[in-house]
Amino acid sequence: MADLSAVRTENLVKVFGDVRAVDGIDLHVRQGEIFGVLGPNGAGKTTMLRMLATLLPIDGGHAEIFGVDVRREHHRIRQLVGVTGQYASVDEDLTARENLWLFARLQGLPGGRARTIAGDLLERFGLQEAADRPLSQFSGGMRRRLDLASSLITRPPLIFLDEPTTGLDPRTRGQMWDTIRELVTDGSTILLTTQYLDEADQLADRVAVIDHGRKVAEDTPDALKSQVGDATLQLGLADGSDIALAADIVRRLLGEEPVLTPESGRVNVPLPDPDRAADVLIGLREAGLAISSMSVAKPTLDEVFLALTGHGADGESPTADDESPMEAVR
Amino acid sequence: MTTTSAVNPKTPTSRVAPGPRRIDPSAAVARTTSHSSVQETWTQTLAMAWRALKKMRRKPEQFFDVLIQPLLFTAMFAFIFGGAISGSVADYLPVLIPGILAQTALTVCMATGVQLREDMDKGVFDRFKSLPIARIAPLAGPMIADLIRYGIASVLTLVTGLAIGYRPGGGVLGCIGGIALTVFAGWSLAWIFTWLGTMARSAQSVQGISMMIMFPLTFLSNAFVPAETLPGWLEAFVKVNPVSHVVSAVRDLFNDGAVTAEVGWAVVGCAVVIAVFAPLAVRSYSRKM
Ligand SMILES: Nc1ncnc2c1ncn2[C@@H]1O[C@H](COP(=O)(O)OP(=O)(O)OP(=O)(O)O)[C@@H](O)[C@H]1O
Ligand SMILES: [Mg+2]
Repeated sequence: MADLSAVRTENLVKVFGDVRAVDGIDLHVRQGEIFGVLGPNGAGKTTMLRMLATLLPIDGGHAEIFGVDVRREHHRIRQLVGVTGQYASVDEDLTARENLWLFARLQGLPGGRARTIAGDLLERFGLQEAADRPLSQFSGGMRRRLDLASSLITRPPLIFLDEPTTGLDPRTRGQMWDTIRELVTDGSTILLTTQYLDEADQLADRVAVIDHGRKVAEDTPDALKSQVGDATLQLGLADGSDIALAADIVRRLLGEEPVLTPESGRVNVPLPDPDRAADVLIGLREAGLAISSMSVAKPTLDEVFLALTGHGADGESPTADDESPMEAVR
Repeated sequence: MTTTSAVNPKTPTSRVAPGPRRIDPSAAVARTTSHSSVQETWTQTLAMAWRALKKMRRKPEQFFDVLIQPLLFTAMFAFIFGGAISGSVADYLPVLIPGILAQTALTVCMATGVQLREDMDKGVFDRFKSLPIARIAPLAGPMIADLIRYGIASVLTLVTGLAIGYRPGGGVLGCIGGIALTVFAGWSLAWIFTWLGTMARSAQSVQGISMMIMFPLTFLSNAFVPAETLPGWLEAFVKVNPVSHVVSAVRDLFNDGAVTAEVGWAVVGCAVVIAVFAPLAVRSYSRKM
């Protein structure tokens, strides 16, 4: 039977001095999926991707991409992987069109074909108007799009995206997400890193959570979220003196114990199902209680980390080597 | 997540026209090659040369050294040293012009190393490294573009010389030969500086090291003064200095139109420099990744 994995690593290791940036990661990315690597600053995401892209030597372990050995077959791997790094790797002194043309020529496309592909990609990424302007006039989002376009020239079967939406505004981020989904419909496999649980949730079929160079969990986003816990319904009462009454209603309707902040008239309560928020609002209305604010807060990456590792995402915990409670999840 | 507005995120957007054909990973693997062929390497090198030319056109200030040095040094050296060394400016010019030519070529070489180092620190080099291209292409490409700079510098030096009274005895053919040899010598020596560029930590340090190499090479040669006027120990160094051989060879070509043994030695010396330093540079560049 054909091996359907796109990326397979065993005990992957990278050491910088005395920092074990990647410390024994086993990864298995299936063909045709979007696989998310979620982790805070310094977790080792970039280091791992750069090793897999042959940009950094592998210090230990084994890695293969579509069955090709990453350590031994650099040239072959480079033909199979399109890399979009954390920082745009395009030439600032050339225009967008010239960049794409250059990368196409370097990959052996004949001049005419290189021009056509450059034109197509500029159009697809909404850059045709800026195509012949110097990159110094490009916004961060435009640069990122050009960077991604540059990775797609030869339609590689595997695409690495290192924090593709960090620093983008919400609208541009949404566009980037759409683009990434399109790539998968073309048959590519995507390995992306992110610091946002929300992004992994929107895009990824499966997610590996890494921290201090180790994988602490791997699962579908839904399963991860259920490990983390629910969203929180946050209510602000117009009149703080109603708080006891409001707490009773919430307790009765949701069956959860609310957390009260009487000074500011705030009621926070875990919300297992967003539909039930409406029940609470109706209940309050029927009891004649007015609210000044209402919001549903999602679990943040910090909470995911807290739940998975027992320490926050800032990585400041001195107990980095502790057995994390969720190690067993993998 | 748990917002009420959430749509199912995993449904591919339907407005997307799928690519011409679906990507087939196993076919892609079968198509891969283990290294770039000679033909591919050449195409890649030319593409990199094209990039370097574009950059030259956008940043004409890098032509400063190429333009100023020949004009200024030729005139200055001729009028300051002419009388002292050769008795008159006119007699000094046949000695001086080939010397200035060699010095200018070396200055351009040095810039090659410094610029490569600066370039390598830019983000785009990450992409070059992640693409399936021969490791020599990013090094050799800019050097091909630099041929233009050597050409401009050489012609300009010669023209300045002609303007202040130099009359080369070698005629047009001799001059073409001399310039061709200078360009070739400059290009060969540039591999040394390219190697330094791939090794050094910063552009600044390339600059520093290059200066330390360049000054002894040009001034401890017969570029500006006849070797015989120097103390014995210095004369010995001057005689083995490869720059001296290039200068002598260019003098033979310019002044006599003669392809002498010096010309042969200069060409052989340059070939040896390429044979040693080009592989060193490629190896050190590949390791940097
Ligand atoms: N070239 C290097 N030399 C020394 N240490 C390095 C180097 N690159 C990364 N590190 C260290 O390796 C660890 C992992 O870094 P990495 O860049 O992979 O993290 P990351 O998960 O990508 O973080 P971010 O979200 O900030 O991009 C960090 O502790 C970092 O300081
Ligand atoms: Mg990173």
